[in-house]
Amino acid sequence: MTERVWKILVESFPKILLPGLRMTLPLTAIAFVLAMIIAIVVALIQFARVKGLSQLCRFYIWVIRGTPLLVQLFVVFYGLKAGMHMSPFWAAVLVFAVNEGAYCAETMRGALEGVPAGQIEAGYCVGMSYTQIMRRIVLPQALRTAFPSLSNGLISMVKDTSLTANITVAEMFMATQRINARYYEPLALYLEAAVIYLLFSTALSWLQRWGEKRLQSLGGREARHA
Amino acid sequence: MLEVRDLKKSFGDLPVLRGVSLQMRKGDVTAIIGPSGGGKTTLLRCINFLEKADSGTLTFGGRSYDLGAIGKRDIAAIRMKTGFVFQSFNLFSNKTAVQNITEGLIIARKMPRDQANAIAMRALDQVGLRDRADHYPSQLSGGQQQRVAIARAVATSPEIIYFDEPTSALDPELIGEVLSVMRDLASSGMTMLVVTHEMRFAREVSSRVIFMENGSIVEQGESGPFFAAPREARTQAFLRTISAEK
Ligand SMILES: Nc1ncnc2c1ncn2[C@@H]1O[C@H](COP(=O)(O)OP(=O)(O)OP(=O)(O)O)[C@@H](O)[C@H]1O
Ligand SMILES: [Mg+2]
Repeated sequence: MTERVWKILVESFPKILLPGLRMTLPLTAIAFVLAMIIAIVVALIQFARVKGLSQLCRFYIWVIRGTPLLVQLFVVFYGLKAGMHMSPFWAAVLVFAVNEGAYCAETMRGALEGVPAGQIEAGYCVGMSYTQIMRRIVLPQALRTAFPSLSNGLISMVKDTSLTANITVAEMFMATQRINARYYEPLALYLEAAVIYLLFSTALSWLQRWGEKRLQSLGGREARHA
Repeated sequence: MLEVRDLKKSFGDLPVLRGVSLQMRKGDVTAIIGPSGGGKTTLLRCINFLEKADSGTLTFGGRSYDLGAIGKRDIAAIRMKTGFVFQSFNLFSNKTAVQNITEGLIIARKMPRDQANAIAMRALDQVGLRDRADHYPSQLSGGQQQRVAIARAVATSPEIIYFDEPTSALDPELIGEVLSVMRDLASSGMTMLVVTHEMRFAREVSSRVIFMENGSIVEQGESGPFFAAPREARTQAFLRTISAEK
């Protein structure tokens, strides 16, 4: 590799990393928290078989899972922008939250249904209400079961935020494109961006493993046999 | 103290309880025996509203309730005064032994934590598991789990405890420890309605026996006379097959 390329790479490193810290990470964090809230609410509605709302949730999941994320970004940003006065960043947050929410809702619903029904009955028999049983017995167990899949979703989301360059969010990938437009070193520069994404997802994988260990020590082994 | 009158329940077209009536006095230990599929589990589940009965009357705590049309509030109030022990234990797997017991006290009955813990430890003591208080269900044997489940029911000071085949899911060598806990409970004066296949328990511990078949009570009575001289031919046949199995 030539000296020129090295210089470009070193100079551009902070210029790619910084938008990563300022845009990619906050975008991912905010969208994921919102996605979790959506997922839990949607999963609980389906678990409780709330009439009407359950069907609405199925419809939501059907639409979101059946259409590409990039198309969803375009629909919201270019299609709805006029009426909504949304910055690209918040349009992206909205789309990612709603999109990831649908996938996580399915994960959560599966995890809720995996909690043995007998434990819910036992809860009733000691006098607990449905809400108390969900909050204290079912949800904690379901979250533990769902944790690895949810973490996967989070890691995918970090990478997928690169799509928001298409709706003018000034995140890492757009920064890389800009730098490349100046120096035209696509292989080196896009590889550099890839490495930074890899750093982010590796850190999240560590976080996931740490979280799993903590959850395990908090609740004995997963009691599939109980 | 508890009376069930003309309890009926069908699953679809299948009648499972065809008008069951029974009475329990305070301190009674009543065993329900009978062949598989006779409706014993369904009877207990209907009385504690885990299953909705089609019709019938429950008298409990001096009040009568229409089992086919009872409301949420009444159900909640009755459950506060009853306990249920399941065949498959059904301990909360995300809670330790002691937390399994305090849950119903702190969360459902709004009892202060210290008081609940003291009651829970006493209940664990009663079933010989004080030293397992901080174990999760997955760290306990089946027999220990069932004893925790019994402690969980006892700790809420219920007026009656229902047991649905509490030893059927256990390895033979673990049955004894659970039966002995139930025997202690019976002699302490607890009112118990016990579905069981353990004829020794029915014979030696229970004061009354109910024989159920095909959704109806065929025969019931004091356990001494019941086993010594069953009146109905079907009871005699059932008791013969049971003793032949042993
Ligand atoms: N949820 C259900 N849906 C449909 N049928 C059911 C349901 N629960 C029980 N049954 C049927 O009701 C009948 C009585 O079942 P139940 O479990 O009350 O019998 P049991 O006397 O407890 O039998 P066992 O000794 O095997 O436990 C059976 O024919 C069973 O198949
Ligand atoms: Mg049964």
